[in-house]
Amino acid sequence: MRGLLRYLLKNYAFLLFLILEVIAFTLIFNFNKYQQVKYLNSSNRITASIYNSFNAVGSYFRLASVNRKLAEENAHLKSVLGKLPYLELSGDTLLDSLEVKDSLYRYISAKVINNSVDNQNNYITLNKGRKHGIKPDQGIINPDGIVGVITNVSESYSLGFSVLNKRWGASAKLKKSGTFGPLSWDGRDSEFVFLNGIPFHVDLAVGDTVVTSSYSSAFPEDIMIGTVYSIDQPSGENYYHIQVKLAVDFRALSYVDVINNLKVEEINNLESTIDK
Amino acid sequence: MIRILLKYAIMFVSLVLIQVLIFNQVQFNGFFNPYVYILFVILLPLSTPRYAILILGFFLGLVIDIFTNSLGIHAAATVFIAYARSLVIRLISNREDDRSDYPGLKQNSLVWFVRYVSIMVVLHHVFLFYIEVFTLANFFNTFYRAILSSIFSIIVIVLSQFLVFRD
Repeated sequence: MRGLLRYLLKNYAFLLFLILEVIAFTLIFNFNKYQQVKYLNSSNRITASIYNSFNAVGSYFRLASVNRKLAEENAHLKSVLGKLPYLELSGDTLLDSLEVKDSLYRYISAKVINNSVDNQNNYITLNKGRKHGIKPDQGIINPDGIVGVITNVSESYSLGFSVLNKRWGASAKLKKSGTFGPLSWDGRDSEFVFLNGIPFHVDLAVGDTVVTSSYSSAFPEDIMIGTVYSIDQPSGENYYHIQVKLAVDFRALSYVDVINNLKVEEINNLESTIDK
Repeated sequence: MIRILLKYAIMFVSLVLIQVLIFNQVQFNGFFNPYVYILFVILLPLSTPRYAILILGFFLGLVIDIFTNSLGIHAAATVFIAYARSLVIRLISNREDDRSDYPGLKQNSLVWFVRYVSIMVVLHHVFLFYIEVFTLANFFNTFYRAILSSIFSIIVIVLSQFLVFRD
């Protein structure tokens, strides 16, 4: 007994090393449980405000491209508006006609204050939080397409999975045929993701558009994801390996919209009745 | 004593900020990312008790993890090199040499310092990249990324010794 004690005292560093490694690996393995732990991610107040103030400096350099994107989106929205019949293009009337009583989605504009593309699991930190109406599981998009989904929310900041995250895959479909499947990222290239579960009989070609499916309450249907870049038909399998080139440039994210699905609670309530 | 504590506290904060605000933001073609924050563990005085190195290493890794949302990954890798540190120093040093307490570049020869930094950085990066992907599939791809990032980190760390952290 005394010998053991002496041995442990002599090698206390190794023991401490083991204990700390066990703690670290417990944190890694239980990541999903710790999603609820508010302070151990970058949406906590200290971390997020450091990112926020630093981002204020860097964002000036991106103003030109942000401006160009906004102008393009404006032009696009105008052309969509022009197609709507019986719409007077003047301030008040326009607002009244757009105020649809049972509109399903509200959009909350937010600024990306931190974003990575180099890790295996990439996250986006936004400068809007609970007090602006952001909740977990809301979708994040920008004018080019889908960006990610909210996971953690603090009072005035929020954190989300980016599409470039192995822990999350959006539900996608091929616009042409309507066939759907899950997206996944292999952790290698920030420009490409993979679309799985499309069977061989489906007719598809390089350049086909991939959009969001209607099976997720986080996103409206038909939001752009990307285009088919390459198609592989592996022998001995039933599904294509489809490489999708993302429409969003994740290296240059600055402003995004968070989608608030107003009917999400009703949908969740309905779905939870099945589990019982 | 107070001066030393203050110096290391400032070093800790500035290295974390430099890492998360500069090196993690500059995206080098998505393939590699230098992690220079471990310079803190590298530069702790040789007389630092081992438990202090381990706990400081864990804490440093945890702070980086909180910033990068990678809970546990940097903590595990940094504790690993914090433990390996004294073994590495023993391995590359001659017994006869009269070592200064501060393992910086000025206090030691360039060759010794580059060797010391290289072993520490490679150990850290290889450990880090493998637990990040958590698979041995794409073994060489991960290895390549770890080594490429290591080379970049080593260059930055050695160059930094000529500019700051001189004493």
